[in-house]
Amino acid sequence: MFSRHVLTVSFAALGFVVLGNVVSAAEITGAGASFPAPIYAKWADAYQKATGNKVNYQSIGSSGGLKQIRAKTVDFGASDAPLKPEELQKDGLVQFPTVIGGVVPVVNLPGVKPGQLKLTGDVLADIYLGKIKTWNDPRLAKLNADMALPNQQIAVVRRADGSGTTFIFTDYLSKVSPAWQQEIGSGTAVQWPTGTGGKGNEGVSAFVQQLPGAIGYVEYAYAKQNKLTHAQLQNAAGQFVQPDDANFKAAAADADWTKSAFYQILTNQPGKNAWPITGATFILMHANAEKPAQSAEVLKFFEWAYKNGGAMASELDYVPLPESLVKLIHSSWSNIKDSSGKPVHVVK
Amino acid sequence: MQIPSGLEAENLSEASRRKKVGWIGDWLFLNLTRGFAVFALLILLGIIVALIIGAWPAIKTFGLGFLTSTDWSPPKEKFGALIPIYGTLVSSFLALVIAVPVSFGIALFLTELSPNWLRRPLGIAIELLAGIPSIVYGMWGLLFFAPLFAKYAQPFLANTFGRIPLLGQLFAGPHFGIGMLTAGIILAVMVIPFIASVMRDVFEVTPTLLKESAYGLGCTTWEVVWNVVLPYTRVGVVGGIMLGLGRALGETMAVTFVIGNSNAFEGLSLFLPGNSITSALANEFAEAEEGLHSASLMYLGLVLFAITLAVLTASRLLLLRIQKQQGGR
Repeated sequence: MFSRHVLTVSFAALGFVVLGNVVSAAEITGAGASFPAPIYAKWADAYQKATGNKVNYQSIGSSGGLKQIRAKTVDFGASDAPLKPEELQKDGLVQFPTVIGGVVPVVNLPGVKPGQLKLTGDVLADIYLGKIKTWNDPRLAKLNADMALPNQQIAVVRRADGSGTTFIFTDYLSKVSPAWQQEIGSGTAVQWPTGTGGKGNEGVSAFVQQLPGAIGYVEYAYAKQNKLTHAQLQNAAGQFVQPDDANFKAAAADADWTKSAFYQILTNQPGKNAWPITGATFILMHANAEKPAQSAEVLKFFEWAYKNGGAMASELDYVPLPESLVKLIHSSWSNIKDSSGKPVHVVK
Repeated sequence: MQIPSGLEAENLSEASRRKKVGWIGDWLFLNLTRGFAVFALLILLGIIVALIIGAWPAIKTFGLGFLTSTDWSPPKEKFGALIPIYGTLVSSFLALVIAVPVSFGIALFLTELSPNWLRRPLGIAIELLAGIPSIVYGMWGLLFFAPLFAKYAQPFLANTFGRIPLLGQLFAGPHFGIGMLTAGIILAVMVIPFIASVMRDVFEVTPTLLKESAYGLGCTTWEVVWNVVLPYTRVGVVGGIMLGLGRALGETMAVTFVIGNSNAFEGLSLFLPGNSITSALANEFAEAEEGLHSASLMYLGLVLFAITLAVLTASRLLLLRIQKQQGGR
């Protein structure tokens, strides 16, 4: 009896030696989307202080994250664009959302205050298609009867680099404008028919602030921190809504997450208060964990983050996930199994 | 008598020993340097092979049509290189049009006209310009140069050159401050130090005898430079210009900031945004989907490689012709 015990212990010890530095503190690595990088870094920092475990996250872009997790060089990948269920199946991956953020149209029109200008998805698409060229276009004037828009050329500004922000924005335009869907489509980079490309949120906001009559789109957090002039948008329910935390949350609340492996793009959601250009950002992991201990550590980290990281997320202008969704995510983790078919981590 | 002969013998053996050691040293040195040279060649080959392998799916799908297509649509998986090629060539050409005369003036002033005490500080200042990282040029161009350019220079250009028929087309369109012309100007600022310092160095090696003789015959400074210095240094001057062109073709970060990164061809105007090959690569590579998008970016890299090779070959041929002409004289 005793000797067997010793044997188990020594085997376990051997296992730890083989696994190397996981003996004292676990260290996990992830890579991918740049949009959630600030919050992942903040969570990792707080998590290390709380538990001593280390999380390395490299912000290399969504496509990079996907490549890395496919190649199994990281413990988790991160992407702003969710994978379709069949794509997940093909690569043996699972995904789950972490935080929600919004994309907002910003303008540079003298005399127009933040949140004053009203836009519909249809008009926004036609501006980006180059069909509406001036600010005093009848369609814009009709929406904004309460203010005088100038006879000025619209300077269209968009991202030059491939980006999850562009994916969410173009996905929205595809949903509200058949012409957009047919001619341009959605993706992290698309063939823009007009306009000027800025590099990163900084590039877009620099152009918008410099060019009179400009319109651009940036992440909400970026617009808020830099006090850019954002516009209202008409949502799917026909309401004009302002971009704020509550309205992003409203977009997430109405979505049906139970189906299709969290493949859910939160643009153009039906809720009365839903901000129409909302998106979640996702984590990707292998369903068959080759390193079960590492996978378990990843799940422990995110369990901790869902539980304790909400305030930190709000501080950085991300929206934490609703409670019901977190429960769903917890139960979905039973799909991540080790070689014997046992879930690597069960949330109690 | 015997002692010196002994010394002689010693000297002889010392010399032969040295010769032997020298022979080994030479052999080692030869092979080491040869190794380095071969290494450079291998790296070059490796890059070409890797580019071709990476670009292969795109080469197979689009063939040479890639070079003439203006499409660049990742969602539809349709790619073409014409707009980035056009942007790369036009912005680099603009840069040379601006930089060559300015550099010539700088080199001329520094070697012939400048008072002695000013030469050194001015020369160092120009070399310092070459040491500024390109991203700094980009940020300066975007945040400081572009707004001023849009406010003052573009209206001026539109009201003057813009009124000339045909040529006016180049200065039409909205005044955004960024675009092809801005990229050309920023590139010019970046290549001026390279061209100017090469020109200065070659102007300085013109034999004083030649110049003094020309001055002695009553030539003006301009005549001396144009008829004596320039013909004497032609090879070096062309080399300097080609160095600048190579730099302009390959420049990435500064161009990305100010060219506008547009893959749509909206007209000939230099005020409109465009795209360059390097800028497209820098912007899209990180987020490119595997498959045709990545492969097309690799193909773009290959095209830039070919353009650079063509420019280098052309400059070599030009130099050869110049040398032949001089030899014939």
